[in-house]
Amino acid sequence: MEDREYMTINMGPQHPSTHGVLRVICELEGERIVKAECVIGYLHTGMEKEAEYLTYHKALPMTDRMDYLSANNNNLAFSLSIEKILGVEIPPRGQYLRVILAELSRLASHLVWIGTHAMDLGAMTIFFYAFREREKILDLFEMMSGVRMMPSWICPGGLRGDMPDGFEDRLRQLLKELPKALDDIEGMLTNNPIWRERTMGIGVLTTEECFALGVSGPTIRATGFAWDIRKSNPYSGYEQFEFNIPIGKHGDVYDRYLVRMAEMRESLKILQQAIDGLPSGSINTSDLKVVPPPREAIDTSMESLIHWFKIHTEGFRPPVGEAYVPIESPKGELGFYFVSDGTNRPYRMHTRAPSFMNLQALEKMAVGRLIADMVALIGSIDIVLGEIDR
Amino acid sequence: MSQDAVIATLRKRFGETGFTVEHSCEGAVLVVPRNKLRDFLKAMKEDEELGFDMLTDLFGVDRYDRKPRFEIVYFLNSIKNGGRVTVKTRIDGMESVDTASDIWRAAEWLEREVYDMFGIEFKNHPDLRRILLTDDFEGYPLRKDFPTEGPDFDKPFVVEFEEEREGIR
Repeated sequence: MEDREYMTINMGPQHPSTHGVLRVICELEGERIVKAECVIGYLHTGMEKEAEYLTYHKALPMTDRMDYLSANNNNLAFSLSIEKILGVEIPPRGQYLRVILAELSRLASHLVWIGTHAMDLGAMTIFFYAFREREKILDLFEMMSGVRMMPSWICPGGLRGDMPDGFEDRLRQLLKELPKALDDIEGMLTNNPIWRERTMGIGVLTTEECFALGVSGPTIRATGFAWDIRKSNPYSGYEQFEFNIPIGKHGDVYDRYLVRMAEMRESLKILQQAIDGLPSGSINTSDLKVVPPPREAIDTSMESLIHWFKIHTEGFRPPVGEAYVPIESPKGELGFYFVSDGTNRPYRMHTRAPSFMNLQALEKMAVGRLIADMVALIGSIDIVLGEIDR
Repeated sequence: MSQDAVIATLRKRFGETGFTVEHSCEGAVLVVPRNKLRDFLKAMKEDEELGFDMLTDLFGVDRYDRKPRFEIVYFLNSIKNGGRVTVKTRIDGMESVDTASDIWRAAEWLEREVYDMFGIEFKNHPDLRRILLTDDFEGYPLRKDFPTEGPDFDKPFVVEFEEEREGIR
């Protein structure tokens, strides 16, 4: 038995269902997987190293390129950690706008996930339905920041600007339309025999295995363990919103699908509360050493002009310290660890990337399953290679 | 479980000399000597009261101008009891650290990343190879003495065809 020969099949790095450039070396016995080794690093660009040579404001746009499907969540995690070192408070309106952007990002990310995940398993229609809805969310980002995918709109000290006229109406319109679209998607999948056949009982992870492997996000919630950082360590005012943590039962691919779909509806709830209760006032911290002065002030006051230049050329200097603030990104626990040595550049920036940890569980899920399930497994943990390789 | 309670429980078990506590805006940071690290982490996980069942993150920091030079940081999360704790150990360049991959399997890739980026070796790690960089990469990029532009940034970039190198053409 020991010297049996296995067939090696190489999936990727250029494989449409690996969601980027992931290579999985599968060893097969017949059609069963006996070993699945992940090879990562094809997208490694050294962002953590690069950040050590940039000011905080200039390092921020790099974070959009990590998890490019939910850039706002990355910006939020990045900003929260620096704000912890700086010790600045964001006014309620700023916090609410951040929550709106983060939840819209979560919806956009989950829509891409359901679209591509279903397409991997042969349901082409879902892809078009999901991307049509995502387009509307990206339109909102474009309205706010001028950029569709990588807004960098949330920045240390607050946001780069308030929401424009007409944004609220478009958002309310979206909140009306999206539940219908989610119904359509669920109507096509939830009771679909092919979908159920391909996802039920596959890739089962228990809660204990998730703990051991550091798995977070919807993947651990699908095992029936309600752990959501928005509830357990609330940030950016999430404690003011009412929402549930959807959980699954079996921890398989199908439950992950149910959890993410339910999570989108919870996001809609949060968005509705946020837009209804949006406070008035300032969006940025009052600390003028961190945020640039308003544009109008530059024309009239010399000090504002100096501040403007200082912040855009030199940046700000946080005190010596270390900070890490975890947030619940669409993929799981995301956080940036900063070591500040008192200069205007981070001494060390480390990203706790949820996809990196979740991908580690792939082998555990895959061994013993059929090679055809591999596509479903990779889709179900919702990885983004930009974040894994950084 | 609050951080103070965690520290009190650990004091009972490891005494005054077992670890030191430093404070940052992150909260308390437990600094453990390298040779006691393994027992310490094991206790953190297996102790009923503490129950740090998840290793959230593990990474290195290069404190170039300090001695010892490297820091290895562990983020532990006790989901069932609540509470997060940061554990640190400080080592010099040539020293190796005991692996935590048999305590939390999550450490397997994380330790590979630290090895990849800092060249710190983990004893008894099941598969210590580079993870993000290629196997033939020279140097450890996240060390402070590694230039951001790459080690060969000041050398000319010469394209050499395989055939030329092997003398076929």
